[in-house]
Amino acid sequence: MLVRLRGFREFGIIIFIIIISILIGIRNPRFLTWGNIHDMLLDTAILSILAVGMTMVLVTGGIDLSSESGLALTGMIAGMMIKGNPHFSPLLMLLIGMVLGGIFGAITGLIVSKGKVYPIIATLSMMYVYRGITFIISGGKWINAYEMPDSFKNMATGKLLGFSNLITIAIVVYLVFYFFVNHTRTGREIYAVGSNIEAARIIGINTEFIIWLVYTLSGVLYGLAGVMWVARYASAQNDTASGFVMTIVAACVLGGVSISGGVGTISGVLLGSIMIGIINNALPMIRVSPFWKMALQGLIILVAVLVNILISRNAERAQLKRREARALYHE
Amino acid sequence: MNKKVGLNFGTLFRWEGILVILIIGTSIVNGRLSTHFWSYAGIMDALAVFLEKGFMVLSMVFVLIIGDIDISVASITALSSVVMALSYKAGLPMMLALIVALAVGAGCGFFNGLLISRVPNISAIIVTLAGSSLYRGIAYILLGDQAVGGFPSWYSYLAWGYLGKTNIPFIIVVFLLCALIYGLILHRSTFGRKLYAMGNNLTAARFSGVPVVKIKQIVFTLNGLMAGVAAIFLTSKLGSSRPNIATGYELEVIAIAVLGGVSPSGGRGGIVGACLALILMRLLRYGMGLKNIPGQVMMVIIGIVLVGVVMIPNLLSSSKRRIKITKLPE
Repeated sequence: MLVRLRGFREFGIIIFIIIISILIGIRNPRFLTWGNIHDMLLDTAILSILAVGMTMVLVTGGIDLSSESGLALTGMIAGMMIKGNPHFSPLLMLLIGMVLGGIFGAITGLIVSKGKVYPIIATLSMMYVYRGITFIISGGKWINAYEMPDSFKNMATGKLLGFSNLITIAIVVYLVFYFFVNHTRTGREIYAVGSNIEAARIIGINTEFIIWLVYTLSGVLYGLAGVMWVARYASAQNDTASGFVMTIVAACVLGGVSISGGVGTISGVLLGSIMIGIINNALPMIRVSPFWKMALQGLIILVAVLVNILISRNAERAQLKRREARALYHE
Repeated sequence: MNKKVGLNFGTLFRWEGILVILIIGTSIVNGRLSTHFWSYAGIMDALAVFLEKGFMVLSMVFVLIIGDIDISVASITALSSVVMALSYKAGLPMMLALIVALAVGAGCGFFNGLLISRVPNISAIIVTLAGSSLYRGIAYILLGDQAVGGFPSWYSYLAWGYLGKTNIPFIIVVFLLCALIYGLILHRSTFGRKLYAMGNNLTAARFSGVPVVKIKQIVFTLNGLMAGVAAIFLTSKLGSSRPNIATGYELEVIAIAVLGGVSPSGGRGGIVGACLALILMRLLRYGMGLKNIPGQVMMVIIGIVLVGVVMIPNLLSSSKRRIKITKLPE
């Protein structure tokens, strides 16, 4: 029943995406051109990668507010590195970003798992810590486009099979994490920890390790996204992605991830990210002032959370009814 | 129950003692950094500049004690300030505009509380996270990237003025009054006891007849109201209103409350500790300011202090206390 409902839910998001695209397309025909759709996917690529990391954290019942400034910090370090060593290949930069992000994520993860600090307190603090370090190492300066070699910027502009490289990277990330979350033991253990941490501990899952792991993986992904961000916008700034964590959380809850843990699928999050990408892209096209974006995002999160709760309550009720019917039948 | 409360008070007093020692230590260091520090005017001004955050701390203590969190306070402050400025500009008398600010704050808090208390299985984290985006977003919609200023001259008295002919800053008097009221409510009323009961065990509290829904609603509304109060004093201090004021305040307010011995998991802490932590935080910032440490670095230090304060006791007694990541279904 739950599986069917979740499938229904994803189907619902797809229908909604189609309807909203047609409506915006009527208002502004340019919206549905291939160029714009490609641009939209390009923006969504980075968001969707971040959303995967956030999803795993949310599934364990935590939250990672530090991802936006972790992204800025890895982006800044990567920018400074590529400025000093223009011969570094883009692939190496992505790898460096993932390692750096992994280190930052591992620190946050240790604070949450070993230090037993509430995820919200730990990641709120680390959000400001990483942001502050970004300012300190950069001295308040930006890394600009002319300071980056073409090979690095080509990461975003170059294409593979008609898609920008960034989109290809996002697809690879999705395939890898789809497999990891659904078909590996560790991946399933993340859900076990999120559904019932006591039970998970009793059946022998190393819950501390799993919690540390999700923050580290979130770090690896925001490190990757940080390098991609700098390549895409060809600048590394101190306030890169400031406030972006709201967008990430919005994409997750839109995709059906429960903030209290245990529930959330990779495919749902992909749809959620695409939906946010469409909304962000469409707002300027239908001439909504950019100042509306922030409030709309908050509203979207609230509505999505309420809908999630409604759906899961209905599912639970249906399940109870079914159990009741079965009990009556056996009598 | 009695025994546990007694024990908690014991640890609290010890913690407050540590805070006092830290305050004295920081004061001595500050005194060495600046010759102006050890004067009545120096200390008073040092404290007064910071106190708008104090109003937010008081009600945040309530929120944390019932085991919830509110990360939308900074945005509520921004929205209250913007609406206040706009309604003054639209021709409302300043006095009424101040009331509008309070009403906006309380309204936002009420909205938070409504969702958090009535909707089952919703978490305060996500509601206030969305709220922080929503409220500041509305402020941006209303004002864009503009600033509104030009308030009547008496308005700056609120943050900068002194009480009557004395040399006691007005804001300190107001804050002490608020702190007294909050302290009395928390430590001397049944309402306060109910807050602790909810923080220690929400389910048990509900079955003992504590009106959990109503109290959550009140606590979040109060938190919004105090964000409105903070908006009034902050705008008075700045002299103008912008949608991006008070950015990052939520971290500092929560950090101060937690530094003051209020446990983010609920049920522990008090107003006295929070006030001491407020003074300590101000003195630390004062000292860092004297050393020309930029604001960004201060945020790093505050973040590390917050994590450290929560983490160190946990590490010391890691075998005894276990993390409660999942909440019991309500």
